Amino acid sequence: MSQPAKKPLSWGDTPLTRRSILIGLGAVGAFLVVDLGAVAYANNWIGAGRDLTRKTFVDGFTTVFGLHPGFRKNHAKGVAVTGLFDSNGNGRQLSKAAVFRPGRTPVTGRFSLTGGNPDVADAPDAARGLGLAFAFPDGTQWRTAMLNLAVFPDNSAQGFYDRLLASKVVPSTGKPDPAAMSAFLAAHPETAAAITVIKAHPPTPGFADSTYSGLNTFYFVNDAGVRTPVRWSFVPQQEALAAQRDTNNGLFDALVRQMRGGPLTWRLMLTVGSKDDPARDPTLPWPPDRRSIDAGTLTLTTIETEAAGNARDINFDPLVLPDGIEPSDDPLLSARSAVYAASYRARTGQPKTPSAVQVNEVSS
Amino acid sequence: MTERAARYPVRTRMLHWLTAILIFAMLLIGFTMVNSIGSYAWLVGVHMTIGIVILAIVVVRVANRFTHRVPKLPATVGGFERILIVGSELTLYTVMLAQPLVGWAMVSASGRPVVVFGSVRLPRIAPFNADLYFVLRQAHSVLAYLLVAVIAAHVSAVLLHTLTMRDRMLSRMTF
Repeated sequence: MSQPAKKPLSWGDTPLTRRSILIGLGAVGAFLVVDLGAVAYANNWIGAGRDLTRKTFVDGFTTVFGLHPGFRKNHAKGVAVTGLFDSNGNGRQLSKAAVFRPGRTPVTGRFSLTGGNPDVADAPDAARGLGLAFAFPDGTQWRTAMLNLAVFPDNSAQGFYDRLLASKVVPSTGKPDPAAMSAFLAAHPETAAAITVIKAHPPTPGFADSTYSGLNTFYFVNDAGVRTPVRWSFVPQQEALAAQRDTNNGLFDALVRQMRGGPLTWRLMLTVGSKDDPARDPTLPWPPDRRSIDAGTLTLTTIETEAAGNARDINFDPLVLPDGIEPSDDPLLSARSAVYAASYRARTGQPKTPSAVQVNEVSS
Repeated sequence: MTERAARYPVRTRMLHWLTAILIFAMLLIGFTMVNSIGSYAWLVGVHMTIGIVILAIVVVRVANRFTHRVPKLPATVGGFERILIVGSELTLYTVMLAQPLVGWAMVSASGRPVVVFGSVRLPRIAPFNADLYFVLRQAHSVLAYLLVAVIAAHVSAVLLHTLTMRDRMLSRMTF
C-alpha cells in the first residue's frame, strides 16, 4: 500500500500503530462499559430500578411525617430503659441460646410510639413499641422490636409502604384521607383482616400493662438440633398508672412516674407453633390453643432520657439473633432489617436535638 | 521475540486473581445489598463472610509480597509511570486491607456482632459509639468507590500496555 510518508506513531520510544491504538482504546472502553455499568446497575442508578428500596421507605416516612433529623424514621418518640432478664431455664427445651439458660442477662431497651414524628402527642390508640437488646453488646446478644398488637397489619414490604402512604394525615382534617385508606384496604385484604383481629384487643391504659409481641415467627433451635416455630410475647405483671391528659407525653410521663416507684416486670411467653401454622405471614394469628412456655421474667429497673450511648444509639434490628434463634422466611424480617439500617445510618450522621420525653422533667 | 516474559511466581498470580474475583464480586454485592429489601439480610451475611475471607487473603498477599522480587517491568514503562505504578500498588494494598477492617469496625461500633459463615461470631474491634459508626460507615462507602476507581485505572493501564504498546504487560500475571 502506498501512502504518503507520515511521522510514525509512538509513545516515548515505543512505536505504535493506528491499529494497536484502536484495539487498546476499544478494549479499555469495552471493559469500562461492563465494569462501571455493573457498578451503576448494582447501585440502582441504571436499569428498570427495583420496585422498593430502602430509599423508597426513607422518602416515604419523610413524605408522611416530615424531616426530623437525628431521630428514627419510625417509632421516633421514645425513652430508654434498662433491666434484667431472669431465665428459669424452661426456654432451653426450644432453644440453645445463652439467654435461656437459667440465670440473669442484662437488658437494654426502649419504649416508643409508632410514627415518624418525635414530638407527637401520646395517643392511646397509637401502637406502642418495646425494643429490647439482651446481652448487649456481646456476641451472644438478642434484639427484638415488639408491638402491643395481636398481629402485624402487613405481610409484605409493599403492603407496609402502601399503608404508610395511605395513612398520611391530611392537614385540613387532621386525619388520613378516608378514600385513600379504603382504596388501600380494598387492595390489601390481609390488612383489613388483621385490623379486625387488632381491634378485638383494644389497647390497655399504658405502657406498663401492655403485652408486647414479636409478631414475626422465628425458629428456635435446641441442643438436639430440633427447629420449632415460635412467636413470643412479654406479658405484663402490673397495672399501669393512668395517663395524664393535660400533657403531650401522657403515656410516657405515667411510665416514668411508675418506674420511679419500683421496677416493672413482664413474663416472656414462648408460643410453640405447629408445622401448619402460618410462619411467614404475621397478619395471621395462630390458633389460641397453642402451647406456651413461660421462659422467665423481664425486670425493667431504670428509665432515662434518650442520650448518646443508651438505647437511642441501638438499632433494634429483629435479625440480630443469637445461636439458637433463626429467622423464618417471613419477608418482613429482611425488609425491617434493611430499612432500620438505612434509618440508623441517616440518624447517626445528623445533629441531635433533645427528645420530647425528658425523664428528669416529669413531675412526681 | 523468543525470550519468555518474566512472570510473578505462581502463588502470587493465584492470590492476585483470587482477590480480583472476590473484590469485584464484593463491590457488586455491597452496592446491591444496600438497595435491596428482600435479599438484604441474606446478602449482609454473604458480604461479611467474603469480607473476612478477603482480609485473610490480603494479609497473606502482603506477607507474600516480601518473599520474592517483582518481575521486571517492560521497557515501555518510563520513569514517571514507574512512580505511578508503585503508588497505585501501594494504594490498592492499603485499601484492600483497610476496607474489610473498616467494615468490621463499623459493625462493631454499631454494637452488633459480626457473624460470618452463618454462625461464627467475631470479636468486636471498635467500641459501641454511634458517631464513630457513622464516620466508619461513610469511610466504607468512600473506600468502595475508591476501589472501583483504582481498579478501573489499573485494568485500563494494563490493557493499553498489552494491546497498544504490545509489551506483554499482562503476561506477567497470566498463567
